Amino acid sequence: MERAAVYDSDLNLKATELRLGLPGRDESEKQSSRNNKRSSAEMENSCDKDEQESAPAPKAQVVGWPPVRSYRKNILQHQKNESDLSGIFVKVSMDGAPYLRKIDLKVYKNYQDLLKALENMFKCSIGVYSEREGYNGSEFAPTYEDKDGDWMLVGDVPWDMFITSCKRLRIMKGSEAKGLGCL
Amino acid sequence: MAYSFPEEVLEYVFAFLSSDKDRNAVSLVCKSWYEIERWCRRRVFIGNCYAVSPQIVIRRFPEVRAVKIKGKPHFADFNLVPERWGAYVYPWISAMARSYPWLEEIKLKRMVVTDESLELISKSFKNFKVLMLSSCEGFTTDGLSSIAANCRNLRELDLRESDVEDLSGHWLSHFPDNFTSLVSLNMSCLGSEVSFSALERLVSRCPNLKTLRLNRAVPVEKLASLLRRAPQLVEFGTGAYSTEIRTDIFSNLVGAFSGCKHLKSLSGFWDVVPAYLPAMYCVCSRITSLNLSYATVQSPDLVELISQCPNLKCLWVLDYIEDAGLKALSSYCKDLQELRVFPSDPYSAEPNVSLTEQGLVTVSAGCPKLQSVLYFCRQMSNAALVAIARNRPNLIRFRLCIIEPQAPDYLTLEPLDTGFGAIVEHCKELRRLSLSGLLTDRVFEYIGTHAKKLEMLSIAFAGDSDLGLHYVLSGCESLRKLEIRDCPFGDKALLANAAKLETMRSLWMSSCSVSYGACKLLGQKMPNLNVEVIDERGPPDSRPKTCPVEKLYVYRTVAGPRADKPDFVWTMDEDGALRLS
Repeated sequence: MERAAVYDSDLNLKATELRLGLPGRDESEKQSSRNNKRSSAEMENSCDKDEQESAPAPKAQVVGWPPVRSYRKNILQHQKNESDLSGIFVKVSMDGAPYLRKIDLKVYKNYQDLLKALENMFKCSIGVYSEREGYNGSEFAPTYEDKDGDWMLVGDVPWDMFITSCKRLRIMKGSEAKGLGCL
Repeated sequence: MAYSFPEEVLEYVFAFLSSDKDRNAVSLVCKSWYEIERWCRRRVFIGNCYAVSPQIVIRRFPEVRAVKIKGKPHFADFNLVPERWGAYVYPWISAMARSYPWLEEIKLKRMVVTDESLELISKSFKNFKVLMLSSCEGFTTDGLSSIAANCRNLRELDLRESDVEDLSGHWLSHFPDNFTSLVSLNMSCLGSEVSFSALERLVSRCPNLKTLRLNRAVPVEKLASLLRRAPQLVEFGTGAYSTEIRTDIFSNLVGAFSGCKHLKSLSGFWDVVPAYLPAMYCVCSRITSLNLSYATVQSPDLVELISQCPNLKCLWVLDYIEDAGLKALSSYCKDLQELRVFPSDPYSAEPNVSLTEQGLVTVSAGCPKLQSVLYFCRQMSNAALVAIARNRPNLIRFRLCIIEPQAPDYLTLEPLDTGFGAIVEHCKELRRLSLSGLLTDRVFEYIGTHAKKLEMLSIAFAGDSDLGLHYVLSGCESLRKLEIRDCPFGDKALLANAAKLETMRSLWMSSCSVSYGACKLLGQKMPNLNVEVIDERGPPDSRPKTCPVEKLYVYRTVAGPRADKPDFVWTMDEDGALRLS
């Protein structure tokens, strides 16, 4: 389900405003039930929070509490570290293509790398991102589904934030994507 | 009438008595029964290595073949007992090496074991068969080399959860080529890679091997080869899996598992990816025990696996299983007796999974044989605890850890006294209980009133006053072990119930309000107790007598104060000068 990003018709300050929460969301929107959330082990939950204040400071750890054996703590830490090393595979769909592909986001260093790879993989032209216009003028526009289930335009957030919040990619036809560039 | 059974007959009859309780009872009947029994006791269990000395044990029971000894108090598992506190096994090994040449079994828990001890074991007991080191520490893989090289008749080597200094995997290669008696090997706590060909050959030549728990370093592609060489295995623990699945490895694994018609227990699963789990489906129908507590696999994949195990009796799992998975468990596994749910992320402030009190309530409703529970969660309510108590009056062990200390009933914001009260009231056979959450003295009143079969109680961040401790010590008739941390319990209750402490194995209190003066008084009053003050701030004499001690460990003993105390432990004995000024 895609949702059009909301852009002001002026300087688009809202889009660059620093806040906790992904761009395009109103602060008054409620989070979907936390029960459905499952963030990856290394991500702070704080960026999903709706509240004005920052995430609660990490509690000072009480010795021996909760009562978990140290070899259990170490094992999970080990697995956390290992998952840092493994790839981030996401599905990529393109409108009109008969089947999906999968790519490892960790392989790419930045958006430029990624878009070039996508252009090669799907034999399409994606064009250049602009903050104001998105990919207007291109045949295709890359979008992605983030952890909250929203469809976002690729390129808005810093690369590192993108690869940890991206769940899947969809290369949308330019004609459909046109609506993203104006209000 | 002087006629009595010949000794041989009595000895023959006593041989049928395996329980220590029965043998202890028999030994109290009369002097001759005491004598006959002590000569034919073959197994000795020492619940606290400092409660008795090796010399006393050997003097009374000269023909022992198997010993089980426990050392540090349970809270040592959570780093509450400082390093170098004690529990050294060497004096026991050295005494037994001289007096028990036919010793076959040594099982130790929470003891400090050195390579020297292991070497002595390997050279002193010609018929040595079983070595189990549970949560032990102090030895390296060199010590294991001695055992492997010298114990020609070894059947079991089980290192469960021990902290071993892993110098290399070479120890396994020390088993001689003509060594074939192995029945059980648990090396899951070790890190280093062993020679795989040595392991393969060992497995191949030991036809009686029933238990094989590998360590992480054995990769998934090697598992099939081992399973094919030991299709008679009953218990198997995998190594670590790799993140990518290969079809050839997978199909090889399926083939190997399908040859294992006797597998009942599975464990390991480090780094397992869901795609590998179906390889085990062919054995699931016979599986009674599953340890998935290292498997960071999500709920739907866990449910896929569990739903194929209708005979499951014991499940250890991470909270990734979530309430939904526990619901599935409760409908597929009607034979379930033991459930342990561990936290995947115990230190994060927010829940990372959807596991609540509801999961436990559902399992308690759906699994009629459930008797043993260990459950970590982030919210609980009195209503849920009452429901669990009513559903499962047959509970024997109930250990609940609500991660946030002093968390109240999340629905009513009240203490959880009523809930735990219901547990002890309904579950009349309860032997072990661990409390958590917001609790007042009231819960201890319930426990003292109802928990008559309770043997072990763990308390943290609970209670309001000495009354709480008094209820427990005066009411719980079967209490053997009491461990308390961060509770406002102090001198009054302790001193008023001093006699009770002689009927128990041990009492641990840390970060409570027991004063040094009270400890001295207790030590003076009770010569059969060792009252150990553990304080890393320096000698308690250097502080006022009213100052609370950091940690207190009290245990009954016939061996007197121990001679191997470190510099931060003081034993309050009756000879100590007592000045309560």
